[in-house]
Amino acid sequence: MTQIYFVQLIDFYSFYEMFYSIFQNLGFEKSSSWMSYIAAGGSLSFLAINLLVLATAFYTWFERRTIARFQVRRGPNRNGPFGLGQPFADVIKLIMKEDTIPSEADKPVFTIAPIALLAPTLLIITVIPIDDSSFLATLNIGILFIVGITSVNSIAIFMAGWGSRNKYAILGSMRGAAMLISYEIPMALGITSVLLIAGSLAMSEIVAKQEIWFIAVMPMGFFVFMASATAEMSRTPFDQIEAESELGSGYNTEFSGIKFAILFLAEFMAPIVTSAVVTTLFLGGSQGFNFLPGQFWFVLKMFVVIFALLWIRSTWPRLRVDQIMGFAWKILMELGFVNIFLIAIEVAILMDPVTGILTSQDMLIMAGINWVFTIITLVFLANFLGKRNYDRPDPVPSPLANMEPKGE
Amino acid sequence: MISDGIASSLAVEISFWIISISTIFSAIAVVQIKDLFRASLFLILTFLGVAGLFILLGAEFLAGIQLMIYVGAISVLIIFAILMTREIEISNQSHYMRILVSMVALGFMLLAISLITSTDWQLIDERSFPQNQTDEIINTVQNSIPTLSKMLLTEYVLAFEMVGVLLLAAVLGALALVREKK
Repeated sequence: MTQIYFVQLIDFYSFYEMFYSIFQNLGFEKSSSWMSYIAAGGSLSFLAINLLVLATAFYTWFERRTIARFQVRRGPNRNGPFGLGQPFADVIKLIMKEDTIPSEADKPVFTIAPIALLAPTLLIITVIPIDDSSFLATLNIGILFIVGITSVNSIAIFMAGWGSRNKYAILGSMRGAAMLISYEIPMALGITSVLLIAGSLAMSEIVAKQEIWFIAVMPMGFFVFMASATAEMSRTPFDQIEAESELGSGYNTEFSGIKFAILFLAEFMAPIVTSAVVTTLFLGGSQGFNFLPGQFWFVLKMFVVIFALLWIRSTWPRLRVDQIMGFAWKILMELGFVNIFLIAIEVAILMDPVTGILTSQDMLIMAGINWVFTIITLVFLANFLGKRNYDRPDPVPSPLANMEPKGE
Repeated sequence: MISDGIASSLAVEISFWIISISTIFSAIAVVQIKDLFRASLFLILTFLGVAGLFILLGAEFLAGIQLMIYVGAISVLIIFAILMTREIEISNQSHYMRILVSMVALGFMLLAISLITSTDWQLIDERSFPQNQTDEIINTVQNSIPTLSKMLLTEYVLAFEMVGVLLLAAVLGALALVREKK
């Protein structure tokens, strides 16, 4: 993987060294160490956050235009060239709106909720190796950090729902939290199958081990991870949190102004972050041909994943709430377990017992077995289980729905 | 790389004090605030603070697990349970045995502090190891996950399997409780 670097990715250490030399020259000889820690951390977070927010702004434009194409419309095309000014106009409009807080709301919780939702999403990007190193260099627990940090999302959604004291908001957030917890399990199972081959939790190690991209080695793991990651983003077809037709606007019903803008930002940042994680885990990260730098290939693969996510979003109808939970617990979890079992057996047989190395030939053998397994399983599921007619019980009105005594 | 420069740095000292003070503050807030929902949010803050302390100790794996299990799973379970209760905003009332309970808690705290201070902690820098173990120890300090997993599946495999059986029993128990009776 020798690559020509046009730009070295700015990570924590280069910032640290730069500030260290600056402080040394300024004459802070004793305290330059901790001062440059703080300065490097601050400027790096400033840079990363602004980069992500800007990327999200353009992503909203891309999403609206693409979905418009899918639905045979034009999408935003008036502000600036190709409508590129639209995201900025939207943001300015949202900021200028009145920021209302319901009088009965739990005010501190209501205020912190958008920030609590945005922070985990921002944190994830720091450990993703956009090139050979990520913003925070190599973290040993890389992927575990991502799984742990995403689980904070459900708490933030609870805060938003509870804080706004709104029936629909709290219904949406309870549904959403139940869904997020359920889909964390198949997501972790999909990640585990990657770890079995990579043998490390560090993201850069996982990228380095992908002599053959893991999407080719284990399509079933990719399917399980992709489906549950789509659900974790809580967007169509899994947008039980908002479900406009059922719950008003779900957990963000009461939010307006800058708070709504932040919630919106977190929601639209999720696809970017998810596609970065998928690229790292399954699509070989920054690997590519040598004539262009690794960052280019990374962003290109991210675009492909984002487009696939938009394709799913614009063509699937929303699932019912019981279907969503059933899909997680009855299908994805079992597929994840079977996939892990299969890959563990293959790794145990094929891996060199002394050195613990899987050659690319071993991976090709695994790919052959796994593709056959995946195609057979998915065809079986679609043809037998998918077409089965479920016996639905006759609808019984809820005892709460009809308060008047019967027959009078 | 980071552990070389970080150990003696003042930045670590500063972050240690920030994290531990906020952890203790939120732990006190959990028992003092009357609103159950806010108390549970402070409990989550306490969990996050403990994860931060784990990271400062160089135990990144434990920090990740702390995030995943305590922040991600247990606290959400607690919040779900709280939303089922009545009168959430005033129900975290003080107990009529509060003095007795606080005495017991204080006793435990003193016991823990005296145990921690009287234990002879052996720091890696001060202790001399046999030559053939040095590399292994350095590897373990830098990345504890391989060593941890090897130990779990060789030396402590019985405990590991027992935890699995216990969790299975808990899952079966939960299923038996929620099963529809016909």
